[in-house]
Amino acid sequence: MFKFHYRLERSALGLVGFIILVASIGGFIEIAPLFTIDETVEEAQDMRVYTPLEVAGRNIFIREGCYACHSQMIRTLRDEVDRYGPYSLAVESQYDHPQLWGSKRTGPDLARLGNKYSDAWHTTHLNNPRDLVPQSKMPAYRWLLRDQLRTDDLGQHLATLRTVGVPYTDDQIANATQDAYGQANPDSPEAGGVAERYGDATNIRPFDGQTDKLTDMDALVAYLQVLGNLTNAAHETQTAEVE
Amino acid sequence: MFSDFSRDERTFAFIILGGLVVAGLAMAIAGRGDILGTHGWMVFGLSLIALFGAIRQADRPEPSPERLLEYYDAPTRVGLVLTLIWGVIGMAAGFWVAALLAWPDMTFDVAWLSWGRLRPIHTSGVIFGFGGNALIATSFHVLQRTTRARLPDALSPWFVLLGYNLFCIIAASGYLMGLTQSKEYAEPEWYADIWLVVVWVVYFAIYMRTLARRKEPHIYVANWYYMAFILVVAILHIVNNLAVPVSFGSAKSYSLFAGVQDAMTQWWYGHNAVAFFLTAGFLGMMYYYLPKRANRPIFSYRMSIISFWGITFMYMWAGSHHLHYTALPHWVQTLGMAFSVVLLVPSWASAGNALLTLNGAWHKVRDDAVLRFMALAAIFYGITTFEGSFMAIRAVNSLSHYTDWTIGHVHAGALGWVAMITFGSLYSLVPSMFKRERIYSNTLVEVHFWLALAGTVIYVFAMWNSGVIQGLMWRTYDESGTLTYSFLDSLEAMHPYYIVRAFGGLLFLLGALTALFNVIMTIRMPAKVQPDTGMDLPAEPALQAGE
Ligand code: HEC
Ligand code: HEM
Ligand code: HEM
Repeated sequence: MFKFHYRLERSALGLVGFIILVASIGGFIEIAPLFTIDETVEEAQDMRVYTPLEVAGRNIFIREGCYACHSQMIRTLRDEVDRYGPYSLAVESQYDHPQLWGSKRTGPDLARLGNKYSDAWHTTHLNNPRDLVPQSKMPAYRWLLRDQLRTDDLGQHLATLRTVGVPYTDDQIANATQDAYGQANPDSPEAGGVAERYGDATNIRPFDGQTDKLTDMDALVAYLQVLGNLTNAAHETQTAEVE
Repeated sequence: MFSDFSRDERTFAFIILGGLVVAGLAMAIAGRGDILGTHGWMVFGLSLIALFGAIRQADRPEPSPERLLEYYDAPTRVGLVLTLIWGVIGMAAGFWVAALLAWPDMTFDVAWLSWGRLRPIHTSGVIFGFGGNALIATSFHVLQRTTRARLPDALSPWFVLLGYNLFCIIAASGYLMGLTQSKEYAEPEWYADIWLVVVWVVYFAIYMRTLARRKEPHIYVANWYYMAFILVVAILHIVNNLAVPVSFGSAKSYSLFAGVQDAMTQWWYGHNAVAFFLTAGFLGMMYYYLPKRANRPIFSYRMSIISFWGITFMYMWAGSHHLHYTALPHWVQTLGMAFSVVLLVPSWASAGNALLTLNGAWHKVRDDAVLRFMALAAIFYGITTFEGSFMAIRAVNSLSHYTDWTIGHVHAGALGWVAMITFGSLYSLVPSMFKRERIYSNTLVEVHFWLALAGTVIYVFAMWNSGVIQGLMWRTYDESGTLTYSFLDSLEAMHPYYIVRAFGGLLFLLGALTALFNVIMTIRMPAKVQPDTGMDLPAEPALQAGE
């Protein structure tokens, strides 16, 4: 073996080839099957897609780096299930490009956050967490209520997501901008199409409490309120089969 | 710089800079009203300034042919200074982020000052800015010395160094504006990623072209590691960053993968960013500068072979230990755990090889702070990899995951290993690179050493404590079978540790500032009176590419 190596290290190309070969094996064996083995991701008939407003909210979540303090992955451990709710299934992040499972819990897990608090609680909390939770370490995001949400390119966003595999329809893509407006303005004419296109379970509410303008806060709260509610699969399949 | 270029190289430089000016302008126009546009103007402005600078120097006389008798070290010199500058920026951001966790009200209603945007400035600043520049600068130096051949040309090393720093600037300014892919250590968006691939291809070409002209039949160990670093980082970078941009006028893209496949790809990348960026490259550094400084040969050639191939093979399996107990299929978690545990063998072979090399030279370690930096780095490398293999065991990870324990492990590796080996190599390199008799102040090196050691120990112990406390509080039940502590209870328990950590980090940052000062003062010292004795020269006149 060492003799062979003695020759190998005299050839630059040989070394290069060997490094690539040796380094490729592990990743290939672990990753490739995840795309082909069917059991990797469960079936969930009721799985919904994010609305355009929720997509925009998710992008704000990414923009502000919320994922660096909050995980969205409840592990199969008893204390996590008791604290946060049913453990996360692969199907729940099936349409998450990219996933936001996270690696650090400076704040609590958010995988089952939807409907835990009112919209008003979130708006106040995001504006300044210490108004509600004096010990909080979370930054105050005051600009979210001030900044107008950009919606003109949401159709392009949905179309791109379709390219990478999220089943948006042409209808959803064509109406993305007005659906985003409608979802946060229940009394507007645009609101009607939202439930039609995304299902009756969709939250259609003035999320940030102000209807005169569509803000980043609207989008972010809409996203937070749908977390864990895209499918009911986790609740249905889980009895207490925790390790 | 420009006066080192031959006529052809000057022409090429003009073409590259002109291309960048046009590309920047195109980005600025296509991305009007988007962050892409802002970055376009930045590229345009920076390359225009560089172009003007180049034009002003264009008619300098061509360099004399005698330059080919020497190694080409100018990019290394600049790279060393850039390393320290990025180090100070990245660590200052780290300190600020640490302070924000203790006193969260310092965001001052300014979006770009908020925690989530500054944290990637810290991680990218130290890993890519500080670590990356150190790797590029030292790899050029090591490559030439171990092959006894001059770099193949003068232009491409500058392209790599400056192009890489352009990538870092685009990345960092993007984070401040809220631009991120959210994948840890792969945050920069699609166009920055593409640019990095271009730079990387040239970097690899420099390596191959120099090796092709080497005067030593054998390729030295350090180069295996630098090559593994270059090659595998390229593979990882390309696969993990596959994404579809929203449009060519938009900075935003959507990752090709979703959910569980994306998580596995990300942590295959993430863990091997640790392996091939923060480990392999720096082992390359260690295998050259440590024996050199100690003036002793590497303890065992066979151990270095085993550890090299062990690391290259096994690390790639280990990424799934970041996903224990998640929705990732169980068999992948188990594979990841198994390989992570065995990984301890090649890791300790490397650490052991370094320490055994020092056997018999311990008096030097005692007297020479520079060598002590490197010896300590090897020790911390051993500690961190032991801890890592331990944390990769599922039962242990159930406690450590999501907590500050991970942060403690990270910084035992990052401060104790990565930063220490870098500082040690840098101090031993600076005087000869700048042709100075010695470093400006040995006392300051000594001060730096103790600041760094104290900072690391304080930081790591604070995080180990807070991590274990956090993990235990989250899983403690009372007699009635309910969870004893609320999340907020655990949060309050962290507060004192966050203050202590920020203090440890401050010490470490002061150390880095000391290093910057010391190096600047060294550069300002008069050059060596005696010319080189001819020891540090290539084997024979190096050929220029194409000749
Ligand atoms: C510096 C870390 C940090 C960042 C960044 C951060 N948070 Fe938090 N978050 C916390 C902490 C700590 C708590 C627990 C205390 C509290 O409720 O404020 C928390 C609590 C929360 C809660 C309440 C969860 C619950 O179940 O009680 C929500 C919702 C939340 N954060 C959303 C966000 C969003 C959205 C962002 C990004 C805009 C964000 N956080 C960014 C640290 C952070
Ligand atoms: C001045 C010294 C430093 C300080 C004060 C510091 C502080 C911090 C802080 C506060 C975090 C965020 C932790 C959290 O999310 O809770 C962090 C993360 C990180 N730091 Fe540092 N740091 C320092 C030096 C370094 C160096 C030199 C490196 C690398 C070479 C490094 C690499 C990292 C990495 C990789 C992370 C991300 C960890 C993770 O996501 O798990 N740090 N640091
Ligand atoms: C044998 C070698 C090693 C093994 C098996 C190992 C294992 C681990 C494990 C199990 C985790 C925790 C994952 C989680 O729970 O999320 C981790 C995190 C980490 N380790 Fe190591 N480690 C090793 C060496 C190193 C070294 C030398 C460094 C150098 C700096 C390092 C840097 C990191 C970083 C940056 C993270 C944080 C990733 C993140 O969550 O963002 N590791 N490692």
